[in-house]
Amino acid sequence: MSEQACDVVVIGAGPAGMRAAVTAANEGLSVTLIDEQTEAGGQIYRAVARVARTRPADLTLLGPEYAAGGDIVLELDAADITVLHGHTVWQISQDGTVWCSDGTKAKSITARFVIMASGAQERPVPVPGWTLPGVMTAGAAQILLKSAAMVPDGPVALYGSGPLLLLVADQLLSAGADIRVVAETTTFKDYLNAAPHLLGALPASKYLKKGIALRRHLKAAGVPIIKAPNGVSIEGTERATGLRIIGKHGQTFEAETILLQQGVVPNTQASWQLRLDHAWHAAQHYWYPTTDRFGATSLANVFIAGDGAGIFGAEAAAAAGALAGLGVAHAAGNISAAARDQKALPFIALHKKAAAIRPLLDHLFPPPAHILVPDDATIICRCEEITAGQVRDAAKLGAPGPNQLKAFLRAGMGPCQGRMCGLSVVEIMARAHGKSPAEIGAYRIRPPLKPLSLAELAAMDDDTPTP
Amino acid sequence: MMHRRNTAGERVTINIDGKNVEAVVGESVAAAVLAAGAGATRTTPVSGAPRAPYCMMGVCFECLMDIDGIPNRQACMVSVTPGMKIKRQAGARTVGGAS
Amino acid sequence: MSARHTEIAIIGGGLQGLSTALHLAQRGRRVLVIEAHHPGRFASGVNAGGVRRLGRDPAEIPLAMAASEMWHSIEDLVDDDCGFRAVGQLKIAEDDDDLRKLEARATMVRDLGYDHEEIIDQKQMRALAPGVHARAVGGLWCAGDGSADPMRTVQAFYRKVQKLGVDFNLGHGVSAIARTGTGWQLSIGDAQITSDIVINCAGAWGNKIAAMIGEEVPLETHALTMMVSERTPHFIDPVCGLASRKLSFKQTPEGTLLIGGAHLGYADRDAGVAEPDPIKMAISAKTVTEVFPHLTNVRIARAWAGLEGMTPDRLPIISPSKVDGSFFHAFGFSAHGFQLSPVVGRIMASLICDGTSNLPLHPFRIERFSDDKN
Repeated sequence: MSEQACDVVVIGAGPAGMRAAVTAANEGLSVTLIDEQTEAGGQIYRAVARVARTRPADLTLLGPEYAAGGDIVLELDAADITVLHGHTVWQISQDGTVWCSDGTKAKSITARFVIMASGAQERPVPVPGWTLPGVMTAGAAQILLKSAAMVPDGPVALYGSGPLLLLVADQLLSAGADIRVVAETTTFKDYLNAAPHLLGALPASKYLKKGIALRRHLKAAGVPIIKAPNGVSIEGTERATGLRIIGKHGQTFEAETILLQQGVVPNTQASWQLRLDHAWHAAQHYWYPTTDRFGATSLANVFIAGDGAGIFGAEAAAAAGALAGLGVAHAAGNISAAARDQKALPFIALHKKAAAIRPLLDHLFPPPAHILVPDDATIICRCEEITAGQVRDAAKLGAPGPNQLKAFLRAGMGPCQGRMCGLSVVEIMARAHGKSPAEIGAYRIRPPLKPLSLAELAAMDDDTPTP
Repeated sequence: MMHRRNTAGERVTINIDGKNVEAVVGESVAAAVLAAGAGATRTTPVSGAPRAPYCMMGVCFECLMDIDGIPNRQACMVSVTPGMKIKRQAGARTVGGAS
Repeated sequence: MSARHTEIAIIGGGLQGLSTALHLAQRGRRVLVIEAHHPGRFASGVNAGGVRRLGRDPAEIPLAMAASEMWHSIEDLVDDDCGFRAVGQLKIAEDDDDLRKLEARATMVRDLGYDHEEIIDQKQMRALAPGVHARAVGGLWCAGDGSADPMRTVQAFYRKVQKLGVDFNLGHGVSAIARTGTGWQLSIGDAQITSDIVINCAGAWGNKIAAMIGEEVPLETHALTMMVSERTPHFIDPVCGLASRKLSFKQTPEGTLLIGGAHLGYADRDAGVAEPDPIKMAISAKTVTEVFPHLTNVRIARAWAGLEGMTPDRLPIISPSKVDGSFFHAFGFSAHGFQLSPVVGRIMASLICDGTSNLPLHPFRIERFSDDKN
């Protein structure tokens, strides 16, 4: 007998997962929400309830978009949902059995439907020196600010492109950090490529205005915003000491903390493990599982909501969560197609409005070539310390794709299970073989979705059913 | 590496590599380690290079630490608790003693 | 439409097919290997890499002994050591009943005239397998056995046969086989290939190929669950198994622990899919942590399953076809063909070039399945 059975398991308590769980529960389905974190909110609304409770003044620093996440957490708290915090999902079977662990004991939950809302991760930014202590993602710095009110000591440099880069720079500046430089990879050509999408972005013009305001604020505070179209290298031996801009007039900026940002990409570990249909996003160079507007995937009992199905941002993710909740409610027979479609209307409109900015952002902030296909000496697999050059050599020696590379080099075989090198490996091998990423394919993802101790596995009850 | 601009919330004492430090309830172990100025959280099993938290959201596995006697835990995914004992990891620290 | 012609077509680019190609090419024959995916895509590339004589069915011992010699000089054969390490294989007796069982096995093997398997006492066993639980009393030990790196082995064989001039047709499987006046015509995608001789090395798909020429072979597809851990400090050299419980266990040179034990996962041969079963992963974890209690905090980084073609008697088919003398089979290795692969190629080359082999092949003839019915 299974430890638990329910109508729907929702994985991930970010905006999409919380809203999906609440919507499904409101339609009369029994819902279990599983989240790896100890508190609801995902990464975008990380710790929002605790911040509101213990240091409400920080809500001003982190902005109204962040504070708005508190409302969804309240909705979640009010709904009749079983929430399992601190639980890591390590396998999803095609029949809807979800295998998770609380860190001491593995268990399974059987569900008629699974809604995956595993969100996004920041695109890894392989530049020379990026494995040094002191280098982290811009999102990591923001998580420290949200969840622990922490600000980097000493000089800070930021590098990359995209909305999060400027937002984090500005938030850290307001929080008292010593920002020495923001180095952007965006080129004139990117502006030209993005221009045709400007008109379409107007419904989401508030994002544009915000971007302009951030830039103005940083400049007014004397933070240099410079161009780094050829990339950067990070100086230091035991830890980062500076950011060097590559190019004719390349300067080096002293920095103890270096924050990297090249956009975010869907977290596809679970969707690959389920062998769902995926497509390649040509402008942003990432994989996404293909879904319909309700999040239905190529498996009838599996839905995906939010950035895990393509990057559209937090507001769109919340709307997508509601749509997935409605989609599952219909698939479960709780509401008619007509009722689903009627209830979906406001969320479709919300999603459309929030997503309108994306084509512009996607073309304005593409990951640059030196990040997609780094120099030979740059490490791309952090776990096994494998360089881009080694991947090229293995391709020359006959490794046809990412899955053979594992056997050649152990790339993707370390604890991160390919999360950090997966996209780099696809790009490098595609170039090496003169093929498209879609032809090259992705790492096959196997259980456990995250490393799991023998003790946790061994503690699983014998009577858990074999699906 | 990091400092707290606001220490509102309940304090706890944790131990990092034998040294007692204060942390705030709700913080992750990785955050507390960064605030303690500890620098690297581990060295790699391949070359012994120092590593520190990179993503803070459970993706990069750079913050693997020995927490309360259990090695290879993601410090960014574990919240501090009173009396928690945290150790930096050198290389492939997994098998506990019996070898 | 003219068909491409080759002297010998080998169906299947796994290790048996590659080894057969290698030995035939060394003997000057013109060979084409037809592989539906890429070399070593299934069992050959993802098995546990056990180079084992220990515990072999008596019928397989002569082949395993010959293969063992070849493994010890594998570099001479394929210009690469294939990651082979002669660390020995050990079967652990967890109690006295186990030990008696192993002693009986050792006696049986000795009576057959072999001395590669020897009983060792508790102290010797514990020296070889430090950390094993205190109740274990001894073991059956085979020095000279060991393990190799399966994908590296596949690549080494693949490179070597390419160097020897073997042709490859990758990406499409054989969909039909027809007898022609002088040989065979194979349909591969839209193309046709004619060949004087055909060798079926199609592994888990071997019975599908055999059926194309009207030979029925009972073959089940199994997915065998394996797990590998994160890197851990080195603590053990030999490949370990248990006398009574399902476990195969080794530590790789990188420090990862490879844990198997023939636990079945989900197999879908037509889709080319094999998936581990989480329940079996838990059983494996329980067994490992009972045998090596100090490993409880080791983390599993990855589990997978390999597709294996299993015969009813768990012995391979190494045999000329019973319907036609120019068609041969080498498949159905039932999850223990890796060690045998160097010698299987040599045997197939002998069968084709000399019409005979100096190794006893009677137990592996294809007729045994129809014999049984009579």
